[in-house]
Amino acid sequence: MEPILAIVVGILYASAIYMMLRRSIVKLVIGLMLLSNAANLLIFAAAGVQRGAPPLIPIGAMQPEGLVADPLPQALILTAIVIAFGVLAFAVVLIHRAYEVVNADDLDKMKDTDT
Amino acid sequence: MQFAVLSGFLLAALTPWLSGIFQHRIGWLLALFPASLTVMFLGYLPEVMAGSTAVFEYAWIPGMDISLTFFIDGLSLLFALLISGIGTFILIYAGGYLQGHPDLGRFYVIMLSFMVSMLGLVLSDNLITLFVFWELTSITSYMLIGFNHTSADARKAALQGLIVTVGGGLALLAGMVMLAGIGGSYSIQELLQEGDLIREHGLYLPMLLCILAGTFTKSAQFPFHFWLPNAMAAPTPVSAYLHSATMVKAGVYLMARLHPGLGGTEAWILILSLFGAVTMFVGAFMAIRSTNIKKLLAYSTVMALGTLTMLLGIGTEKAMMAFAAFLLAHSLYKGALFMLAGALDHETGTKDVTVLGGLRRKMPVTALVSLIAGLSLAGVPPLFGFVAKELMFEAVIAAPALRWLVILLALTASMMVIAVAAIVALKPFIGPLKATPKAPHEAPLSMLAGPVVLATLSLMFGLLPWFAGSALVQAGASAVGGYPIEVSLSLWHGFNLPLLMSFISLLVGAAIYHYWDSFRSRLQPLDPMIAKGPEAGYFKMMDGLVWFADWQTRILQDGSMRHYLRVILLTFVALTGYTLIARYELQWHWSLDVQLHELIIAFLLVASALVACFTRSRLGAVASMGVVGFSVALMFILFSAPDLGITQILVETLTVILLVLVLFRLPGFVSLSSPGERFRDVLVAGITGILMTLLVMITIDVQFFPSISGYMIENSQPLAYGRNIVNVILVDYRALDTLGEIFVLALAAMGVYAMIKFHPETDPGANKLAGTLILPPKVLPPQRKDVNGNQDLELQDRMDTGDSASSEDETRRGDA
Repeated sequence: MEPILAIVVGILYASAIYMMLRRSIVKLVIGLMLLSNAANLLIFAAAGVQRGAPPLIPIGAMQPEGLVADPLPQALILTAIVIAFGVLAFAVVLIHRAYEVVNADDLDKMKDTDT
Repeated sequence: MQFAVLSGFLLAALTPWLSGIFQHRIGWLLALFPASLTVMFLGYLPEVMAGSTAVFEYAWIPGMDISLTFFIDGLSLLFALLISGIGTFILIYAGGYLQGHPDLGRFYVIMLSFMVSMLGLVLSDNLITLFVFWELTSITSYMLIGFNHTSADARKAALQGLIVTVGGGLALLAGMVMLAGIGGSYSIQELLQEGDLIREHGLYLPMLLCILAGTFTKSAQFPFHFWLPNAMAAPTPVSAYLHSATMVKAGVYLMARLHPGLGGTEAWILILSLFGAVTMFVGAFMAIRSTNIKKLLAYSTVMALGTLTMLLGIGTEKAMMAFAAFLLAHSLYKGALFMLAGALDHETGTKDVTVLGGLRRKMPVTALVSLIAGLSLAGVPPLFGFVAKELMFEAVIAAPALRWLVILLALTASMMVIAVAAIVALKPFIGPLKATPKAPHEAPLSMLAGPVVLATLSLMFGLLPWFAGSALVQAGASAVGGYPIEVSLSLWHGFNLPLLMSFISLLVGAAIYHYWDSFRSRLQPLDPMIAKGPEAGYFKMMDGLVWFADWQTRILQDGSMRHYLRVILLTFVALTGYTLIARYELQWHWSLDVQLHELIIAFLLVASALVACFTRSRLGAVASMGVVGFSVALMFILFSAPDLGITQILVETLTVILLVLVLFRLPGFVSLSSPGERFRDVLVAGITGILMTLLVMITIDVQFFPSISGYMIENSQPLAYGRNIVNVILVDYRALDTLGEIFVLALAAMGVYAMIKFHPETDPGANKLAGTLILPPKVLPPQRKDVNGNQDLELQDRMDTGDSASSEDETRRGDA
């Protein structure tokens, strides 16, 4: 499955970067969202994936039964998802505010600091 | 030992406070420091003269073979004595010279720091420590040349000196690292034992060239000599000390220090003899063209530095003796002459020797001392300068390479230096009294003490060479040569070739002095050629540097974020891609283990991401972003990460709501870029995506470190009492990380709240108090309209002048 995931990650990155290179600030935000999804999947895929073996310990046992998926990348991704949401919320409100002040959603019109 | 020397830094730190108390008399107080060091160094003299050495071990960074070990042998002792001895008088002298200067305290801070750095340089046994002190002398020299920081010329000269010496310093560092690599140690004493190994190593020549680049720039060898005369913008005590007696000799010191280990090869002899001799000639020639007394002396210093380098290149036993004698003689007379030149400048108000004359009655002591020091510079018996010059001629006529060239250059240079000596030391005092900007009178005691003592030493070492001269020269020469050299100096060597050369140069020198004015005007046609010299090259290089900085800033940092992004991505792709291809081999896992529903989800993910990119409807984009998010969540759930799936679904739902709420207050998508730009961006995005795919493929196979997950899985229940291992990691193993995450979210929430809630421009009545928190106090509601009006006008202006028609339309639509 990993090669498929690798290709998916590559396409997600490409589309994220393409969107981040747009002049429209809304597209930039969409690019950021795609980028965070791409990064999460990258960590997930790079660690190797397994079907149907969540890192859980059955009741009464000290160790999980058999081989389970690597819990560490999952914990990292969990943190990343939440942080990405915080960043996104901030960015969305920021561009909204910037639009109100500058009256444009074109990044090329936001080069000055005095508006 | 280390403490005694380095305590000078402490003294320097206290100096501003002390100078507030003692005013201009502080020079006498501070001079106690180098004076006591001089006494301490003198205490080592008998030991060193007997042929032994003293080592003071002190480990500094032992793990990197860097120590603060000090080492005293004939060479370092000779230098240490010159630095602390002359330094004593310079500190006293500066008190008189800069009397009443508002920045006297600052001057002494830098001067003391320099003195300590210079002592550290000559005493250090470790290459890296030596380099640190070396750079410290460059930096303090920079600050001292630019001491009159209100003068643009001084600042320019300071920068020039810094760039030339520090540029050379970089090469020197490279050379030192190579040397240590070849010899297997950073300790100079250990390296000098490995002479044969070093000389026969394949990297000998590049290493030598790197080290010489450092020493030649520092010691103002041709073609890097131009910074030294410009450094005369510094106050005279600085010129006398740094740019004549001590710092500029650091390069010569290092060459002499390394001579037993590196010297004697064909490359060494040729390079040093040639550059030394040419520098000697160029220095003397440029000196004779100058009329500024400090420039005259500066160029004659260049000449002396060239002579010393040449002698190191010749490398015979005689040359070693000549080197040590010439070094000592030069420091004594040049220090004295510089201080006297400063006294002349100070008391008459001019540095131009052509307007000075007849001062012998007004300044009798200065005249007498000048004469003695000048005679030593000219190499006239019975001064010590004569002894040194005779030795130099003896060494030159037995030079192993380029003999005739070296003899010719040495002879002409010495002729011209005799004229320079007469111009500097004789001309201002003889003939009729000429009018000067200030009414001349004798200099104060503080400014005469140094020259008197140094000139007396010149005379004494010459008349009574057995007194201390022989011993110092013997110790120095033995250390430079690397084997014991028996020295017994004497004034009279019998009728021989060197005496004849001295005699001829004296006659011709006197003739040049007599016809100096017409000689200078004859030389004037050469001016355009000299203007194209190495200094012009320096300016060209600086212009080129500015041009390059300007060019690369324009190309790489044009202020557009998207451009930065492209540059960063392409650099990333180039570097990472290269490493990937060069180091790793890609293995294709074509035996795919894929189920249909997984494939469908992957396809859905990719398709919706592409739709989000290319749709022209905002709703379409938001909806497809939702599909992307939920597909990722499904992926997580399918591949054993239920926690991630739950979080992703939650977050994705919130995200879609947020986007719907906010994005629809913004204008719709319009096409802002041309097809060409789109194609370029697709290209950049495409190759980055391909690289990311390859990276993932390779990381699946490569494991750099053993995973630490095993520990976490094993101890989750026994130690942390949790059955969901991911959760245990978050709240237990990496709890601090999670705490940080909570802070980040809280900050983001506060930012969002502030931006939504505090809205003075559109809703001033609701939040008066909150509004004033963000806006500066002067923008209060009554003035608000003006502010808004101005803003609109500004916006209109910028649109009219700068932007394209399509974006203008776009903005209007936004307004509507």
